[in-house]
Amino acid sequence: MDEVVRLTDVVKIYTMGEERVEAMKGVSFTVHRGAFVSIMGASGSGKSTCMNILGCLDVPTRGSYFLDGVDVGKLSADALAEVRNKKLGFVFQGFNLLARTTARQNVELPLVYAQIPAAERRARAMEALERVGLAGREGHYSNQLSGGQQQRVAIARALVNRPSIILADEPTGNLDSRTTVEIMSIFQELNRQGITIIMVTHEPEVAEFTSRHIIFRDGLVISDQPFQAKTAVPPAEVQQ
Amino acid sequence: MTTLWQSLLIALRALRVNKMRALLTMLGIIIGIAAVIAMVAIGSGASKMISDQISSIGSNLLLVLPGSVTSGGMRSGSGGTQTLTYDDARAIKAECPSVAAVAPNVRGSGQVVYGNQNWSTVVYGVTPEMVDVRDWTIIAGRNITQSDVDGATKNCLIGQTVADNLFGGTDPVGKIIRIKKIPFTVVGLLGRKGQSPQGQDQDDVIYVPLRTAQRKLLGSQFPNVVGSIMVQAKDAEVLDKAEEEVTELLNQRHRIGPNREVDYTIRNLSELLAVTEQSSKVMSILLGAVASISLVVGGIGIMNIMLVSVTERTREIGIRIAIGAKKRDILLQFLTEAVLLTTCGGVIGMLLGVAGAKLVASFIGWPTLISVNTIVIAFAFSAGVGVFFGFYPARKAASLNPIDALRYE
Repeated sequence: MDEVVRLTDVVKIYTMGEERVEAMKGVSFTVHRGAFVSIMGASGSGKSTCMNILGCLDVPTRGSYFLDGVDVGKLSADALAEVRNKKLGFVFQGFNLLARTTARQNVELPLVYAQIPAAERRARAMEALERVGLAGREGHYSNQLSGGQQQRVAIARALVNRPSIILADEPTGNLDSRTTVEIMSIFQELNRQGITIIMVTHEPEVAEFTSRHIIFRDGLVISDQPFQAKTAVPPAEVQQ
Repeated sequence: MTTLWQSLLIALRALRVNKMRALLTMLGIIIGIAAVIAMVAIGSGASKMISDQISSIGSNLLLVLPGSVTSGGMRSGSGGTQTLTYDDARAIKAECPSVAAVAPNVRGSGQVVYGNQNWSTVVYGVTPEMVDVRDWTIIAGRNITQSDVDGATKNCLIGQTVADNLFGGTDPVGKIIRIKKIPFTVVGLLGRKGQSPQGQDQDDVIYVPLRTAQRKLLGSQFPNVVGSIMVQAKDAEVLDKAEEEVTELLNQRHRIGPNREVDYTIRNLSELLAVTEQSSKVMSILLGAVASISLVVGGIGIMNIMLVSVTERTREIGIRIAIGAKKRDILLQFLTEAVLLTTCGGVIGMLLGVAGAKLVASFIGWPTLISVNTIVIAFAFSAGVGVFFGFYPARKAASLNPIDALRYE
């Protein structure tokens, strides 16, 4: 199995005015292609910082981060933007869809920055929406969709550029338990299709659907265990 | 990097979402551009009116007048002598290469009678060139000809004011009028010129052939003498050269030397035009400058709103950066939005400005002059305002930290 992510002794220090905050104190782990990993920990444990670094939104103070064999810490801002665009897909807690924009336009957004022609953008966006079970909803505006549907649009957006990893930051934090299972079943299905997923969560019952648990405390990894994932069975009648 | 087209679509969508705000933001630019266009249009309209008035005298003209003579220590004023002749005029025409036309003339006045109407007016003895030199149009009948001059025929051209007073509405051509009791046939009617810059009615005039005037009408004691000679240069550039040539020729012909003072004067009518044009140009620049202050104020309004908009859309910017937008993409997006705002404002302002100028013009009866230049400059300027005042907010947006931006509530 080949490595998608290799973190080696990653240290991240923030300076907030006078105060130096050491958010990560030397974190190392690797993730293989096709894994479904959850990162857990209390708030302030460094898991969000780790996520920002994995997402190339931030670079390590020390240590190295190889993504698909590329040392991301040595890239320029524009090159990082391209990495985010082509290799990463983000799913956020707050969905983070553009307001007053249709589902399809939201999904197309990464392709716009990848300079894909309009016709192909459209086709790929439709395909991604179909994969998350939102075929037929492409013309709906964000505010016309339920929370679960909005998150599925966000997953479609993360998928559309065929990334190496999907990074999900508390993807079910704003959803009820029923919708949570729905979203997790989509993630599991995507994972079965071979997509690597790294998810940050603080809810153990959500982490149960993943096959590896990395637990953070005080800027360090205190536990890294494989896990027998529970299969998420979506509610009987499929929400449309 | 996204294409400009994409940025334009994104900007259009963003503006559509906030129509009222977009409109209010544009208002500053609308007023600014409208003011500039209206002011410049009215200003240059006014200056065109003045220069039209001046050029109604004729264009590229030199006026040769008899000079003063000294007699027993007493100097007469300008025109106090009769030193210019028809031969001088013909010599100027024949020998000065920069001269296009020469119109010698004599001036008198007389009572004119037609039927039971009579009118006192100015009568000029002229050659056919007078019509060209003074830019007259002949709206009915024909010009007088060289054979009219040579044969001293009793044909005449009359101005509109004379026609109105003698003929009312009827066609004067072919009618016989009496000038100082001598019967003349009206062969042509001159088009209307209106007032001269000095306020004289230029249409209150009768033109008769030069020889006729000299011999039969004005009864001059020197039949060859003319009152003044109008000289038209080939174009504006050679006007000064024409003046030199005429001076040299007349000095020769009049044997002007150390012992003989100059007995003629030459006036250059285009100097008057230049001075007047200069002052009205200054006027319209001044108006334009005052109006463009409001453009700058409008630009600051744009910057203000764009800054608010960047703050408001921090989260959106964060999403875009996370998804793969580069700094330039964000910069371009907000810059496009600002430029779109200002150019839309510019176009609306332009329409309002043109309408306003026409309205004002119709109230005070000035012509307005809206040149393509003004429109192009106003448009470019409004786009420039967008770039200039949009740059700071756009840069602020582009340099947002995506982590903070995504967390922004």
